[in-house]
Amino acid sequence: MSAPILSVQDLRVYYYTEAGAVKAVDGVTLDVARGMKMGLVGESGCGKSTMAMAFMRLIKPPGRIESGQVVLDGTDLVPLSEDRMRRVRLNEISLIPQGAMNSLNPVARVRKQIIDGIQDHNGRFSRAELNDRVEEVLEAVDLRPEVADMFPHELSGGMKQRVCVAIAISMRPKVIIADEPTSALDVVVQRQVMETIQRLQQELGISMILIGHDMGLMAQSIEHLAVMYSGRLAELAEVNAIFEEPLHPYTQLLISTLPVLGAKGVFRGIPGITPSLLSPPPGCLFHPRCPQAQEICQHKVPTWQEIRPGRWVACHKYEV
Amino acid sequence: MAQAASAIRYLRRNGRLLVGIILLLILFLFAFVGRLFVDGNDAYPLSAPANLAPTLEYPFGTDSQGRDLLAVGVMGTYLTTKIGVVAGSLGLGFGTILGFLAAYYGGVLDTVVRWVVDVLLTIPSLLVLVVIASTFQGGIDVNGMALVVALLAWMWPARVIRSQVLTMKQRAFVRVAQLSGSSNLEIIFKELMPNLLPFLGASLVGSVTGAIFASLGLEALGLGPMREPTLGMTIYWVMYYGAFVRGMWWWIMNPIVIIVILFVGLFLVSAGLDELANPRLRRRV
Amino acid sequence: MTPTLELRDVTKVYSGGLFKRRSTVALEKNYISVGGEHPTIVAIAGESGSGKTTMGMLMLGFIEPTSGQVLYKGQDLWALPKPAWTEFRREVQAIFQDPFEVYNPFYKVDHVLMVPIRKFGLAHTRAQEHDLIERALTSVGLRPDETLGRYPHQLSGGQRQRITVARALLLDPKVIIADEPVSMIDASLRATVLKSLRLLRDEAGISILYITHDLATAYHICDEIMVLYQGTVAEAGDVDSVIQAPKHPYTQLLVGSIPWPDPKRKWGQDAVLTQADVFHVETKGCKFAPRCARAMDICRESPPPLFQTEAGRAVTCYLYKDAPVLDGSEIGKVLGQNGRGAAEATRDGVVPKPGVPQVGLPG
Repeated sequence: MSAPILSVQDLRVYYYTEAGAVKAVDGVTLDVARGMKMGLVGESGCGKSTMAMAFMRLIKPPGRIESGQVVLDGTDLVPLSEDRMRRVRLNEISLIPQGAMNSLNPVARVRKQIIDGIQDHNGRFSRAELNDRVEEVLEAVDLRPEVADMFPHELSGGMKQRVCVAIAISMRPKVIIADEPTSALDVVVQRQVMETIQRLQQELGISMILIGHDMGLMAQSIEHLAVMYSGRLAELAEVNAIFEEPLHPYTQLLISTLPVLGAKGVFRGIPGITPSLLSPPPGCLFHPRCPQAQEICQHKVPTWQEIRPGRWVACHKYEV
Repeated sequence: MAQAASAIRYLRRNGRLLVGIILLLILFLFAFVGRLFVDGNDAYPLSAPANLAPTLEYPFGTDSQGRDLLAVGVMGTYLTTKIGVVAGSLGLGFGTILGFLAAYYGGVLDTVVRWVVDVLLTIPSLLVLVVIASTFQGGIDVNGMALVVALLAWMWPARVIRSQVLTMKQRAFVRVAQLSGSSNLEIIFKELMPNLLPFLGASLVGSVTGAIFASLGLEALGLGPMREPTLGMTIYWVMYYGAFVRGMWWWIMNPIVIIVILFVGLFLVSAGLDELANPRLRRRV
Repeated sequence: MTPTLELRDVTKVYSGGLFKRRSTVALEKNYISVGGEHPTIVAIAGESGSGKTTMGMLMLGFIEPTSGQVLYKGQDLWALPKPAWTEFRREVQAIFQDPFEVYNPFYKVDHVLMVPIRKFGLAHTRAQEHDLIERALTSVGLRPDETLGRYPHQLSGGQRQRITVARALLLDPKVIIADEPVSMIDASLRATVLKSLRLLRDEAGISILYITHDLATAYHICDEIMVLYQGTVAEAGDVDSVIQAPKHPYTQLLVGSIPWPDPKRKWGQDAVLTQADVFHVETKGCKFAPRCARAMDICRESPPPLFQTEAGRAVTCYLYKDAPVLDGSEIGKVLGQNGRGAAEATRDGVVPKPGVPQVGLPG
């Protein structure tokens, strides 16, 4: 097993507000192998978008990376200077942020936006080389070359999102993070965009981290799945294993809430609400809602460990 | 009590707002507390020996018509601010109502309002004011002054409020209010207006500033209330009596210092309110 | 019995452009009725541009049809005098997509519950008002002490959406137009909102028009479905059979694109064409033909009529040209008259009754 392309060690990201420190990410450890498709699933507010921003070193005050390491292909990104980090972004690790299609510059043509991205992070190309690259990436995401000279408002939602994907792969990074890339799209367009991303990922050998809340989309698109809850990881394993045998009670509940063809009209929810990240409960964060909580869960934080090869859990039920 | 405490805490972080409020507070005290100690009549001609540099008896000196400049400063601050606030409020109030109605009801009303506002905005307001003010030939009083300035202060707010309401009209909570049986007027006053209050507050500062500026301009040209010791009129008399040539610095500095403090204060408050309304501008944690 | 709401031969055209050159037909000659004798939940499914939102807006009286009639209890809605609209507003309510935007950020969430009570005179004293609100909240599984008195940003998306359902329940309407009620809520929180929607039908006898592009949730709470494509009906019928055995190629595409949470059941290998991939070609024939893998010559010649392939199913597709033809106005034969809601409910021994339900729900 070769070294992982991205190795996150005990990452903590806190937001300092007037009311105190909000622990958005509180001790996350995970490895992403080369060419791997990893999913990060969790409810709104669990810290997954913050994680994506932390990987890109885009956390702004009042938030900051409190401690931990984000090692990309041997280099820890956390202590890098902003100058060096800018050269890492887009070239080695890139992000398709949430609602990306709405942040395309409305008064710039697609061509210019792709070129801007490349020039900002890697200014060594000639005009001809840049235009070539624009054509290349548009073709890679199945968009006609004419799209390069169009404005964002002339494109449909799916096309805009594919432009964002094109920008993200323009420098052939090693890792792509896609934060809810299809959240505002119709089912058919969603499928098209996801299939495009998957095909690209395969062709270019890029490692992908897909962030979202839809287990269905995860099941279709990734191979390894990490489940996040309130700033910490609950479980990490191959996606088949998670669906067949979910270990963490939260994962079990998550899966049980999903609609399944055949079991019509059966609705299950997860009782209770997510804890405040400002004053989290002691011990395991999930214990107030956990149907299998024990005495120890109320005061001792469970350790994140690999209990079997390829299966990571943070739960007292499985503590070795 | 808790709200006051958090307000004070906020002010400590929003430097501009704090300094702006302090400056305006100084002037406010000067004008209002000053009126308790200073006899308003001394701000009119023949109250004191003329052309005196500052002495113990007349700490701000006197002008060529025998006005006690301390009294002039106090009265002037009060009067000019009053003109500004009245004109600014009237202009904003009228413009807001018009903007709301035009945006919410749309149709013919909107088209007419838009047309009138656009046309009037292209006419240089000072010219219009000069024409109107000169028909009074100096016989105007402070309240009349406020009304004249207000006449042209409503257009910009009308336009801005109209666009704000147009965007808000599309929002889902307006639809929900309609489904809940609220009438159009209820939606305007109970749903839309409260959301615009911060914006209106900031606009008021801008409106008042603009009104004061307009009044200063008119008065300096000699088209203001000739008998009143407003800040602008003081400037007019400074120029009329050639105070610059005669080196009467105490007379020149009097309105200028007050005006500078006034405008800097208003600007800082406006910038501070901007920061308050737009959380992304907040710098510190 | 006259249905509460009916669209009769309704067409809505949006004209844009300087000289009205560019006009889009949002909805074309549509017939549908909601709120019949037995409460049902009907799904209106389609991609963006299918006309489903337009249909919802027409039903709510927010926009006027270009031609055809919107009938409220058999009468033309737009011909009614203003006072009659109060009753209309009371009986036809909505649940919108964005659980944040429906709240006025200036007020606490109580506002959205109190305004309709006051405007429609549903309570005569403060105590009654409070009682009504509490019962509505508990029946959607919310705790009044945890929800009332809070601002919208202090609650989760799922809670906010359930409050809107509670509001709808409170008003005891006949029909609710639900426009993508769960699409902006986390997948794991949707179940509770959907359950509360079902409650509206089962215990309060309300019919629901469930507008969505997500067939998975439509399958779970709806009885019937109408699939729209660019303003016209593609397929309509019983939701179970439509989703498990879709007949129209477009429905097949929609169903095949559902991301089922089962790693072993992946999307197909066939290439997928979206609306943006084919330009707005003014086709004389079937609107789906440019994207259809099974398009025949006749499909490009003239638009297919509605074929009734079996008792509870109609498809506008020439693949089924041997089936009997229905006129657009006869869509009621496959929709709306099934009364599945009542049938199911009586099977369970529960008879739907109007008014705020007295039963609280766990979780």
